[in-house]
Amino acid sequence: MKTLLVLPIIVPAITDVCALLARRHRTVQRVLGVFGAAVLFGAGTLIIAEVHAHGIQAVQMGNWPAPFGITLVVDPLSAGLVGISGFVALAVTVYALAGIDEVREQFGFHPLFHLLLMGINGAFITGDLFNLYVWYEVLLIASFALLVLGNERKQLDGAVKYVGINLVASAAFLSSVGILYGLTGTLNMADLAGSMEPVRELGLEPVVAMLFLIGFGIKAALFPLFYWLPASYHTPPAPIAAIFAGLLTKVGVYSLLRVFTLLFPNPSGYTQAVLLIVAGATMLLGVFGALVQQHVLRLLAFLVISAMGYVVMGLGFFTTLGLAGAVFYVFQDVPVKTSLFLIGGLMERETGTSEIGRMGGLYQYRPLLATAFIVPAFSLAGFPPFPGFWGKLTLIQAGLAQERWAIVAVALVVGLLTLLAVAQVWGRAFWQSATVEEREEFGADDPRGVRALLQGPVAVLAGTLFALGCYAEPLLAFAHDAAVHLTDSGPYIQAVLGG
Amino acid sequence: MEQITAIVSGAMIAGSFYLLMRRSLLRFVIGLILLSNGVNLLIFTMGRLIRTQPPIIPEGAKVPPEPFANPLPQALILTAIVISFGLLAFTLVLVYRHFAAGTSIESDDVRASEPTEPLDVDDQARRLPA
Repeated sequence: MKTLLVLPIIVPAITDVCALLARRHRTVQRVLGVFGAAVLFGAGTLIIAEVHAHGIQAVQMGNWPAPFGITLVVDPLSAGLVGISGFVALAVTVYALAGIDEVREQFGFHPLFHLLLMGINGAFITGDLFNLYVWYEVLLIASFALLVLGNERKQLDGAVKYVGINLVASAAFLSSVGILYGLTGTLNMADLAGSMEPVRELGLEPVVAMLFLIGFGIKAALFPLFYWLPASYHTPPAPIAAIFAGLLTKVGVYSLLRVFTLLFPNPSGYTQAVLLIVAGATMLLGVFGALVQQHVLRLLAFLVISAMGYVVMGLGFFTTLGLAGAVFYVFQDVPVKTSLFLIGGLMERETGTSEIGRMGGLYQYRPLLATAFIVPAFSLAGFPPFPGFWGKLTLIQAGLAQERWAIVAVALVVGLLTLLAVAQVWGRAFWQSATVEEREEFGADDPRGVRALLQGPVAVLAGTLFALGCYAEPLLAFAHDAAVHLTDSGPYIQAVLGG
Repeated sequence: MEQITAIVSGAMIAGSFYLLMRRSLLRFVIGLILLSNGVNLLIFTMGRLIRTQPPIIPEGAKVPPEPFANPLPQALILTAIVISFGLLAFTLVLVYRHFAAGTSIESDDVRASEPTEPLDVDDQARRLPA
């Protein structure tokens, strides 16, 4: 079963190369893209089943024993993220068959998309800190190219900001890796967990922790480092924006969870206070930004930021319950954000405008779209039958158990404001009656096949989310299992180093 | 020797932040180049600088004779150089394309994705339906 762990990296790599070889054949590329994503989703499901049955799995690349070679390691958190990203990748690839124009496909949308997936999965399953940096660069270069694909003025504009800030983030991450290596002499994360003593004795632990927080915080769009996100995420076409919103910030948050639980398990009060303040400010400013936006995808981009605050809040508690809430929230946030951006793209496509105030009549003319919008939007606001509610409930329980009233109050208020933000979209774009010329536009329709490709994945994502919300117990148990493994790193270290 | 490289690396990173905060995108790119080199020098310094043998294993032996230099920091830096070279080349082309599309290299003019038009409060279309 050891080859299974390599599949999330190998499958997109092979798809990528094959799609590049077939770059003159659009149909071959499209078939390859969907097939590759489906295989990836299958591999992710198998990995989840394997980890669920037999615990943490590790494999040493090239048979070099653990601290010397590169280790791939999958614990419940990584397995869940690999499986969920395979699922949303499949949905987005199907949507992209109709949502990406021919020119972008000719210039390599499919190879770049799978290169991005390879980088994301590599970051999720590597057990080596420097290797994590390399995977980050793989996903970055793919995301840069996807962001400017199409060469529109606003895309170049958003890309300048996105590229600049991400290179600074990489430099911060790389210097923290360099300092850690110099102090401990190892880069294997499991080995590092046991050799942090010299760093602690020198009093450098908060310094390294803050460098990691800056590096990963930029990628995860945390306060005050989030300004690049609403400047760039709305510029590419909806499928690209959806995969960015669904997965890229989650990689940053995953790295924060991994590094902080493994390397800094008993944080000083300073680190914990910084994490909680950052979390509260991220939630608040994200939702404030969303409340004043008129552009539908920019509004959703601000809500991406706000959601990241909840996850960091769970990390800031440093308890099993808090981590379980954070992990559950990340798991459900990936399909929520992906489907919201896909729906945002459909709203622009159907109404011919990106201004929420100028939309209208979507509920009357596109009832399926309206129903699909309700699930992720109200999940984001934390409404009971939807999965977001269970995540927020767990997080707030964890906060109350620690008697951290201020951050709990912020989380509750932000939930209410998020509801206001999505209710505004609902009220204006869906419920408001359409103007005369808009009604005519609804008549000029996409053919039936195109509509099925666009609405099918959205409906599947929304249906899955609804089912997850109604029957959340298995995912909650899985998230709790992941949190137990994050709090007690013993099994992780044993799986990597053996003995 | 380590003190000197540590100071040089710190100065390079400080200088790069000065350049990153300038208003010209070209200076921003030069700042990024300086930053990545400063970080590489930091890794090099953290790997300890010693005058010793290269880590080459003589014929018949299984380990190189002590003391030998640690080759790993150099391998890390080499990887980082290759990656940053590719990314910086991309960034330069991107900034050039942006300049060619809009004829401005000032960072204040990078506003196409975030237009600054003020909100029109009297516009009925922007209001919530009562």
